[in-house]
Amino acid sequence: MFSVGIVGVLTRRNAIVVFMSVELMLNSANLTLITFSSYLGDATGQLFVFFVMAVAAAEAAVGLAIIIAIFRNKLTVNIDEINILKW
Amino acid sequence: MIHLIYLTVLFPLFGFLFNGILGPKIKNEKVIGIIGSGTIGIAFIIAVGALFETLALPVDQRLTIITLFQWIDVAGLNIHFAYQVDQLSLVMSLVVTGVGFIIHVYSIGYMHGDKSFWRFFTYLNLFIFAMMNLILADNFLLLFLGWEGVGLCSYLLIGFWYDRKFEKSTTASAGLKAFIVNRIGDFGFLLGMFLIYSTFGSLIFTDVFSRALSFNVPEHIFTLIAIFLFIGATGKSAQIPLLVWLPDAMAGPTPVSALIHAATMVTAGVYMVARCSIIYASAPTAMMVVAVIGVFTAFFAATIGLVQNDIKKVLAYSTISQLGYMFLALGAGAFSAGIFHVMTHAFFKALLFLGAGSVIHSMHDVQDIRHYGGLKKYMPITYGTFLVAATAISGIPPLSGFFSKDEILWYSYANLGIVFWLIGVITALLTAFYMFRLYFLTFEGKEKFDSHKTHPHESPKLMTVPLIALGVLSAIGGFIGIPEIFSGDHGNLFHTWLAPVFKSAEIKLMNIGSHSHFEEILFMAISIVAGVAGIYYAWYAYLKKPAVADKTASRFKGAYNILLNKYFLDEAYEASVVNPIVKGSENILWKIADNRIIDGTINNLAKLVDNISGTIKKIQTGVAQSYALVMILGVLIALLWLIISYS
Repeated sequence: MFSVGIVGVLTRRNAIVVFMSVELMLNSANLTLITFSSYLGDATGQLFVFFVMAVAAAEAAVGLAIIIAIFRNKLTVNIDEINILKW
Repeated sequence: MIHLIYLTVLFPLFGFLFNGILGPKIKNEKVIGIIGSGTIGIAFIIAVGALFETLALPVDQRLTIITLFQWIDVAGLNIHFAYQVDQLSLVMSLVVTGVGFIIHVYSIGYMHGDKSFWRFFTYLNLFIFAMMNLILADNFLLLFLGWEGVGLCSYLLIGFWYDRKFEKSTTASAGLKAFIVNRIGDFGFLLGMFLIYSTFGSLIFTDVFSRALSFNVPEHIFTLIAIFLFIGATGKSAQIPLLVWLPDAMAGPTPVSALIHAATMVTAGVYMVARCSIIYASAPTAMMVVAVIGVFTAFFAATIGLVQNDIKKVLAYSTISQLGYMFLALGAGAFSAGIFHVMTHAFFKALLFLGAGSVIHSMHDVQDIRHYGGLKKYMPITYGTFLVAATAISGIPPLSGFFSKDEILWYSYANLGIVFWLIGVITALLTAFYMFRLYFLTFEGKEKFDSHKTHPHESPKLMTVPLIALGVLSAIGGFIGIPEIFSGDHGNLFHTWLAPVFKSAEIKLMNIGSHSHFEEILFMAISIVAGVAGIYYAWYAYLKKPAVADKTASRFKGAYNILLNKYFLDEAYEASVVNPIVKGSENILWKIADNRIIDGTINNLAKLVDNISGTIKKIQTGVAQSYALVMILGVLIALLWLIISYS
């Protein structure tokens, strides 16, 4: 699932899809945490997942806001066309 | 009053501050003039008081040192702001404040109506302040402070009329020339001072001179010190080879030429050498150098003075020539004769300059003596005093110049030899000739100015009274130094007065000639004859048969041209020193060293960085996904490395 996310981030052009892939990666990490938490009988991992989910929610809001701002300026959400961060 | 001697320094300083700060607001010439000259007058009174108090002391206690405060105290170098009152510094301070006061009063009349009246008096007072520091200093460093101070004032006052033209350039560049030439001399002075400190471990006069007698210092060290100090003196006193600045210094107002470039500042070199008499007495080679330079300067400057047509230029060359006499005296070991000539010269040369100023004033700034003539009946007081001064400088008894000049000539024969004496006498003849050429062309003969445009008139009282005062001094100033053979038991008063200062130097020299009185009188007669002959020939060539002068000039056209152009000394310096420096700076330092080497290094380094970064910047694509790819690859590699290293 993490690898699916990576491939999504690296290959897709649409920023929203890339964003969703990032969420996939986050959730894969969450799943891993929960699994190991249950396997080891330690509640810390589950607790940690709550924090991750809270932060991910905030990050999703910020990320979507950035995408909307970019769209307003450039009328596109294709990542490879947003390349102003170079010389 | 000895213990108040610091007031002779502080009063001029007060005048400087008062006129400098409040002068532009007051704008009242009376107030500025009274403050400016009054402060110098008070200084003079204090100096006179100190003189009488010193006279009352026993001969061996006539040296007082007044310490004001500690100046520098670092790592063994301990210098106080201290003044040394002894016979030599008293004579000099009397001359400076006395003649200075007279010239200040004269300046009130001369500078009347000038737009920068207050600035003139500010500078003059600053000059007296610096000069008094130079004279009264009890150590070399304080002397150097005054030395530089008078140089600065000289520069400021030469360029006083900074908006006027002077010869081919401006007065400002004449001032600059004086300053730069003086700097060359100052460099020598500094080296001498460093050498003194490293040899004797002190800069205080009394310490240095007592150690010069007691320490076992090799003679070549003395010679080096003496020569270095003398280089400083040649700069300040306009001797060969640094004499080129003094004629140009005539760009300043005439009272400045009288005060700074005739009576006081230019004699600072003589004073300094006399002050260091012990060092010079320990270095016979240096003494010889001083004498040779002195006598040649006297002769060359006198020959140039023969043909100059600017009234102030003639006087300038005459000053250089007379300064040469003073150095001849010093070189001959006759230190008190040198100082005596400093004093009498201050009287009659200041008078000549002030008289010239009076003439220039009434002729509306015309300075060419060929356009004067017959001024006698228009300006009786200027005429009379000028005649006194011209006679005095020509060495006609019983005026002051005779006594001092003759003493110098006598010592140059007794201590150095007949050659020096001969050149000295020829110079005396030339001096008499050019002074009376100046006198006849100015005051006698036909009027050569346009009497419709120019109406010569006598100067106001403020200018004539100082002339009369100086005239009296020039006439009787010599009587304090009547040679022993005439005054009998009293001896030479001036000589006796200064003797304690130069005692140790004269003991060291031990060459007081044992010549008969007959010889002395014979040589005296010869020098009088030389003076009279010079006057007669000037009278013959310029008054009786004016054509003779022109005929002589055209017959010796080559020599005449060389003299008129001052031996092409300026041109020679231009070609040998100034141009190489300018061209060298331009072609090597500017175009190669600065433009190519310094700028080139910086620019090429910048270009190198630019090129490298231009290649590398292509990596930055700006596409976020490629960055992400690289990052993930990096993480994978790191993971791989971790796994491998653990297993």
